Amino acid sequence: MIEICDVYKRFGDKEAVKGISFHVDEGEIMGFLGPNGAGKTTTLNILTGYLSATSGTCRIDGVDILEHPVEAKKLIGFLPEQPPLYTDMTVREYLSFVYELKKCSVPKDRHLKEICEVVKISDVFDRRIRNLSKGYRQRVGIAQALVGNPKVLVFDEPTVGLDPKQIIEIRNLIRVLGKQHTVILSTHILPEVQAVCDRIVVINKGEIVANERTQDLVNAVDGSRRLVAKIVGPEQEVLKALKALPGVKFAEVLGRRDTDSVSYMIESEDKIDVRKPLFGMLSRAGWPLIGLEGMEINLEDIFIRLVEKNKEAKKTQKRVRRVGEA
Amino acid sequence: MWAIYKRELRSYFVTPIGYVFAGVFLAVSGSLFAYTVLLRADTSSMSLYFVMLLFVFAILIPLLTMKLFADERRTKSEQLLMTAPVSLTSMVLAKYLAALTVFAAVLAVNSFNFYLLYLYGEPSAAYLFANILGLFLIGAAFIAVGLLISALTESQLIAAIGSMGLIMVILVAGLLSDNIPVEWVRVVIKWFSITDRYSPFLSSILDLSAVVYFISFAAVFLFLTVRVYEKRRWS
Repeated sequence: MIEICDVYKRFGDKEAVKGISFHVDEGEIMGFLGPNGAGKTTTLNILTGYLSATSGTCRIDGVDILEHPVEAKKLIGFLPEQPPLYTDMTVREYLSFVYELKKCSVPKDRHLKEICEVVKISDVFDRRIRNLSKGYRQRVGIAQALVGNPKVLVFDEPTVGLDPKQIIEIRNLIRVLGKQHTVILSTHILPEVQAVCDRIVVINKGEIVANERTQDLVNAVDGSRRLVAKIVGPEQEVLKALKALPGVKFAEVLGRRDTDSVSYMIESEDKIDVRKPLFGMLSRAGWPLIGLEGMEINLEDIFIRLVEKNKEAKKTQKRVRRVGEA
Repeated sequence: MWAIYKRELRSYFVTPIGYVFAGVFLAVSGSLFAYTVLLRADTSSMSLYFVMLLFVFAILIPLLTMKLFADERRTKSEQLLMTAPVSLTSMVLAKYLAALTVFAAVLAVNSFNFYLLYLYGEPSAAYLFANILGLFLIGAAFIAVGLLISALTESQLIAAIGSMGLIMVILVAGLLSDNIPVEWVRVVIKWFSITDRYSPFLSSILDLSAVVYFISFAAVFLFLTVRVYEKRRWS
């Protein structure tokens, strides 16, 4: 449905996107993950025809965005980072404008009404956009993307600046939309893609560092599990016992927050759950366990690992090439 | 394209800009008309009125054009237009026509001034018609200038002052051109001069070359506006 092939984008002498290629199949929800400034927005702007790539091609349903911009743009609904709203219009006026702008042919009133029901803005249909809250404006932005029922939806950081309840609502909405559309969702929040997407493309400094199914990626970087345990007992002895526990790869003292308990970080070997033996050991020794939680793996960790993996891969390639040349 | 045209036209009248433009233009134009024509009871001074109107254009037309692109760029709503199935040319043309429509409507209302002349005498209809057409064409050219300047900046204020400055320079260069000592500079400036092109209209002559000149003048600036947007896409 979407093919991006070897896209480069240079702003002056800064290369924002360095040869990105990926494709998204019909009906897929793809997460586009990367830290701020990684080139996500630039890539999406190129895909939607707002910017032109320095080189490379973007095709939507086989239509090249540069060669046939009008036809290609008809296939895309785009919600940019900042929803492109005209604040002096009411929601009704704005959506009617978008409807005419996109030259839609479906019956207008019914179409707009359906969209408003899906994104839940029917109750503000006749209010001025200027007077709407941020969550509502974001939804009007999504509604705008849905006008004309495009095959592809592109959302650039749709949940930034929303409160937790709104974030959950927008995520649910995207999941619903994903059943009928091909969706690209850009974000820098890992749980967001985990919650919504089938596949993740990770981008860093303008390059793709991973392109995998969501579950595979999470497993790949989550191979060694980390736990944080709060234990009451003599610090050094506990630490020694923890290190001696079978399946534990590494343990260290994280710190002492209250008077009698100490927090420890425990890293286990791949695919081994040390929680049961840990509990058994502590209860035998008479050291109360007053807290145990999994250490959340965050985006930074994923990046560090993926980027390091990439570096190693490149080094190996070079070495292989050198050997080949010799 | 008509969707953008309609939205722009509407936005002139939900924001105060359309009313401010119409009100100030009609008030200033009415006072100038009273001062130069009615109070002197002398139709020969009509020409002075028309030339003064050109300077009123220079100050007020930027009001119409300043927000057309600058504001969309600031609020990023242009992303909607540029990712919609609409070509850049029709986007630029739609905005241009919206400003031109407001301008033409105000100019039409302003023509009621001339009705007063009929109460006192027999003004030449050809003379009035030629001048109204001339004013319309010059306004159309100035709107294109303002449109280009608006596409170059995010700030409405800079767009307004920039277009005022450029239009003034174009006007004044024409007026000064007779006094330029270097011959080829004088010839070139006279050829481009808006005021020189306007003088046939002041003599009730419908000069086709002048009509073509003003239309091409506007077309060049519209083309440059499209190019500005195309270039921004690539840089």
